[in-house]
Amino acid sequence: MDGFAQEATGAGGDGFGTLEDGFITLDGLEKVFQVRRRAGLLRRERHEVRAVDGISFQVARGEMVGYIGPNGAGKSTTIKMLTGILTPSGGSLRVAGIDPSRERTRLAHRIGVVFGQRTTLWWDLPLRDSYRLMHRMYRIPDGRYRENLDRCVELLDLGELLEVPVRQLSLGQRMRGDIAAALLHDPEVLYLDEPTIGLDVISKAKVRQFLKELNVERGTTVLLTTHDLTDIEQLCRRVMVIDHGRLMYDGSLAGLHEVGESERMLVVDLERELPPIELKSDGSGPGLRAVKVEGPRQWLAFPASASAAPLVARIAAQYPLMDLSVREPDIEAVIARMYRAAP
Amino acid sequence: MRLYAVVAAGGFRRYATYRTATAAGVFTNTVFGFILAYTYIALWDARPQLGGYDMSQALAYVWIGQGLLAACAMMGGGFEDELMERIRTGDIAVDLYRPVDLQLWWLAGDLGRAAFQLLGRGVVPMLAGALAFDIALPGSAWIWPAFLLSVLLGIVVSFAVRFLVALSAFWLLDGAGATQMAWLLGLFFSGMLLPLPLFPGLLGEVARVLPWSSLLQIPADVFLGKYTGWELMEAYAFQGAWAVALLLAGRLLQSVATRRVVVQGG
Ligand SMILES: Nc1ncnc2c1ncn2[C@@H]1O[C@H](COP(=O)(O)OP(=O)(O)OP(=O)(O)O)[C@@H](O)[C@H]1O
Ligand SMILES: [Mg+2]
Repeated sequence: MDGFAQEATGAGGDGFGTLEDGFITLDGLEKVFQVRRRAGLLRRERHEVRAVDGISFQVARGEMVGYIGPNGAGKSTTIKMLTGILTPSGGSLRVAGIDPSRERTRLAHRIGVVFGQRTTLWWDLPLRDSYRLMHRMYRIPDGRYRENLDRCVELLDLGELLEVPVRQLSLGQRMRGDIAAALLHDPEVLYLDEPTIGLDVISKAKVRQFLKELNVERGTTVLLTTHDLTDIEQLCRRVMVIDHGRLMYDGSLAGLHEVGESERMLVVDLERELPPIELKSDGSGPGLRAVKVEGPRQWLAFPASASAAPLVARIAAQYPLMDLSVREPDIEAVIARMYRAAP
Repeated sequence: MRLYAVVAAGGFRRYATYRTATAAGVFTNTVFGFILAYTYIALWDARPQLGGYDMSQALAYVWIGQGLLAACAMMGGGFEDELMERIRTGDIAVDLYRPVDLQLWWLAGDLGRAAFQLLGRGVVPMLAGALAFDIALPGSAWIWPAFLLSVLLGIVVSFAVRFLVALSAFWLLDGAGATQMAWLLGLFFSGMLLPLPLFPGLLGEVARVLPWSSLLQIPADVFLGKYTGWELMEAYAFQGAWAVALLLAGRLLQSVATRRVVVQGG
C-alpha cells in the first residue's frame, strides 16, 4: 500500500489516525458532474457541478467517523466513490489498499454498504431469501453465516420478520434488515449513508447500540453520514464536516465548538422585569449579550470557552439576581452556524 | 455458480407469488390464441400449404407462440423494466457494489422467471389449443427435449436483446421509447404475428437471419420436425451464435456504462 503524505486537516485533527497508515485514504479527491440545463427553447447549457472538490483525509482501521454536512454537500457522492461505483474525476483514493473504481468487485468482499434510501433486499421475497443470497454472493462459510445471522437477528430484533416479504416491512424494519444484510460477510469497513433516516426513537437507539457493539467487538471501521447529530454524539469520536464538496472540519466533536465559535447560554431570573442586560468585555472577562427576554427571565449568550463564574459575579453585583442556570452549547446550532459561515 | 442458481430460483419464486397476474395472463394468452387460430384457419383454408405448413402445423405454430409469448417476454414483463427503473432512480448503485456480475445476475433471474412463465403461462394455453384444435404434435419423443433446448437458447437471445435495450437507460434515462421499439421489432421478426416463411422476398430472407427468429420461428420449426440431423445442429448454432454475440455486446456496453456513466440520486 502506498502511503500518502500524512497531514492533519483542519483544527483538532491531530491525534486521530495520523500515526497509523490510513486504512481509507483520500488525497485531493474530486468529482465533477457535467449537467445540461435548458437555456431557452432549444439551447442547452453545459455546466459543471463540483460535488466533491478536493477532499483529503485518512481513516485508521477500527475508527468510527461521522461524515456530516448540509444537503448537497457531497457526502453521498464521496461514499459512492469509496464503494467504487463512481469514478473520481481527480485525486486518488484507496480503501484497504484497493483503488475502488478499478477493482470494484474485489473491494466488494471487504466492504459493507447501507444506503438509507435504497435497499439491497429482494422486494417480493422474505428477508431470509435475501440473506441466503448474500450467503452465496459473498461465499460466506456456512458456520460463519449462521453465526452472523443469529447475532444480527438477535441484536436487531429481526426474529419475527425473517419470513415476511420485504415489501410488507415498515421502513424501520427494512432498514434493520438492510443493515444485517450488509454485515453477514464480516466486512472490514461499513459505509452508512443516512442509516437512521425515518426511524423512530426506539429503532434509532437499537441501530446505534448495534453499531457501537460492532465497532467495539469486531473492530469494524465505520463511516457514517447522517443529518441526526445524536447519531454522531453517541457513536463517533471523530467527525468530519463537509460543505460544497470541501472539508471544513476534521476532528473531535468537542473541538467543533471552538471552531464553530459556539456560545453557552446563561439563563437568569431577576426580581423584576428589566431592560436587556449588556456586559461589555473588559479586563476582568469576556462580554455577554442578551438574546431573549421574557418578563424577568433573560437568556444571555457568552463564548463557550469563557468561564461563567466571573460573569455571574458581575451580574450579581449590578442586578437583582434571583436564580440562574447555564446551558451547554447545542451542537446543531454550532454546525448550522458553520454552514452559514461557509462561502 | 451456486449464487446464480439461487438467483434463478428467486426469480422463479418471485413470479410464482403473482398468482392473479399469472391467471390473467393465461386467460389472455388463451383468448389471443383462439383469435389467431381462427384467423389462421381462414388463411389456410384459402391457401393450403402456405409457407410449407399444413393446417394442423399452422395451428400448432399459433399455440407454441402463445406458450412462448410470456417466457420470451415478447410483450414486456421481463426484467428489463425493473433494471431500467433501477438505473433511472439510482438503485442500480446497490447492484454495482456487490461482488456480482450485473449481466449474469439479471440473466439468472430472467431464466428463473422464464422457467416459471413457461410452466405457469405456457403449458395451459398449449393444452387448451391441443384440446380445442387438431394440432400437429411431434412424431417422436426426442423432439420434445430438442424443442426445449431450442426454447432455452431463444430465451437467452431474448434476454441478451432486452439487456442491451435496458442499458440504454444509462444514457437516455427514460427507456420507454427504446422498449416499445424493441417489442415491435420482436413481435414482428420473431414470427409471432405471422410465420417468417410467409414474409415475401427479401424481407423474409432478412427476417430469418435476424436474432428474433431464435425466439419463436426456430423453436416452432424444431417442434414441427422441420429440422433433422445436421440441420438441427445448424439451427442450434444459429441461435447460439446470436446469443453469444449479443451477450458479448451487452458486456461491452455494461463495462462502458458502469465506467463512464453516472449513478443517479443521493
Ligand atoms: N448524478 C448527478 N448528476 C449531476 N449532479 C449530481 C449528481 N449526483 C449528485 N449531484 C450533485 O452533487 C452535489 C452533491 O450531492 P450528494 O448527493 O453527494 O449530496 P449529499 O451530501 O449526499 O446531500 P444529502 O444530505 O442531501 O444527501 C449536489 O449538488 C448534487 O446536485
Ligand atoms: Mg446523500
